[in-house]
Amino acid sequence: MKVGVLALQGAFIEHEKMLKSLGAETVEIRQLPDIDGIDALVLPGGESTTVGKLLKDLKLLEPLKQKIEDGLPVFGTCAGEILLAEKIDGKASDHLATMPIDVKRNAYGRQLGSFNTTAEFNGIGKVPMCFIRAPYITLVGDGVEVLAEVDGKIVAARYKNQLAISFHPEISGDSSIHRFFLEHV
Amino acid sequence: MPVEENQDRIQLNRGLAQMLKGGVIMDVTNPEQAKIAEAAGACAVMALERIPADIRAAGGVSRMSDPAMIKGIQKAVSIPVMAKCRIGHIAEAQILQAIEIDYIDESEVLSPADDVYHIDKTQFKVPFVCGARDLGEALRRIAEGAAMIRTKGEPGTGDVVQAVRHMRKINKQIHDLTSLRDDELFEAAKELQVPYDLVKSVHDNGKLPVVNFAAGGVATPADAALMMQLGAEGVFVGSGIFKSGDPAKRADAIVKAVTNYNDPDVLAKLSENLGEAMVGINADEIQTIMEERGK
Repeated sequence: MKVGVLALQGAFIEHEKMLKSLGAETVEIRQLPDIDGIDALVLPGGESTTVGKLLKDLKLLEPLKQKIEDGLPVFGTCAGEILLAEKIDGKASDHLATMPIDVKRNAYGRQLGSFNTTAEFNGIGKVPMCFIRAPYITLVGDGVEVLAEVDGKIVAARYKNQLAISFHPEISGDSSIHRFFLEHV
Repeated sequence: MPVEENQDRIQLNRGLAQMLKGGVIMDVTNPEQAKIAEAAGACAVMALERIPADIRAAGGVSRMSDPAMIKGIQKAVSIPVMAKCRIGHIAEAQILQAIEIDYIDESEVLSPADDVYHIDKTQFKVPFVCGARDLGEALRRIAEGAAMIRTKGEPGTGDVVQAVRHMRKINKQIHDLTSLRDDELFEAAKELQVPYDLVKSVHDNGKLPVVNFAAGGVATPADAALMMQLGAEGVFVGSGIFKSGDPAKRADAIVKAVTNYNDPDVLAKLSENLGEAMVGINADEIQTIMEERGK
């Protein structure tokens, strides 16, 4: 299985290491030709404004959006979750916007609000969760399955071929959600 | 801080730097510049009253920026906002933490407040980035609690030679460490004047335990790509953007150059028609050597 990891900006190397440790082949996506032949896509953490802008400027946005709508399995963490959301802070998103969720950016405030915790993840059990200037999901549309909540806020959800989480298993060093993605999505 | 909470903060603070990788952090002096930087794709901004080239030109003592000015920038953008405090100035750092800055740069660009001690950064919840010219400096700052390292370069010159020298030196020293036998690491720690456990970590992992950016003298997309090819994980651009003829265009080009630093065709296109680069001064023609501050 060849997993494309969006490598425009952010913590993409950490995802590649984790995916490789689970036996997947990875390819870094920086330009359009890189997306040929990928079986799945990971959208890593980083700055969503930076990555969103580069997606557009490098003409990757529409082709990736098309692939996701055609069923390409996709896993977004933190900034990746924001890129997938149809709405950001109540407003229509002009990023990928393929997942019927509304996310609140920087939902826990600035860096001093960043935190580690452990919570139940549907289908896996307790997992460590590392939130760094993280978003959470405020609304979910029809067909979206909520997979995890922390303090009553949705921090992980799945919609068809799309998995979005607010935290960073690639920083915690816990590969259970990556395995879940490779096996189920 | 209790040990467990401290371990959490270390992971979260080093983690934020990991999220900034492959990105460009830009010096800005007002909300308008911060918005230009964000729109151009900066992954964070450094709020300061004067960019290094102007600090150099003005001379005199250079201090932490006015918190009101920093707050104005925090309101203007949604990306992380960093700010500088003087080396060893514990109170300036406390003030920056109080206004919830995302990262503090304990910076040689400002006048040092303490010519012996750096700040004990383990006493803060907010993360710190510090400059380093070699592996010893980098690991001493990490031992003091820095969650991110950058080269010192020679700020405000537009001359990239020092950043290149520091990046090459740090990476060569890392490479040399990895080739040592385990029983040689104690002596290496003594020579580098750093704790043994950090030497062991670099030896075992072949890299610093924190993210390492390039800083100092980056003025063009080619400079940024050069630093990335030499092993930088991202780039700080100080005077290079807002001292140039067309800041928005240059900022946009440097961001894209960092993403596609290995593709000369892309870099060639990005380097076209950027207007005037900052004038710059050769690093060996200046009076005040900032990289010497703090060792």
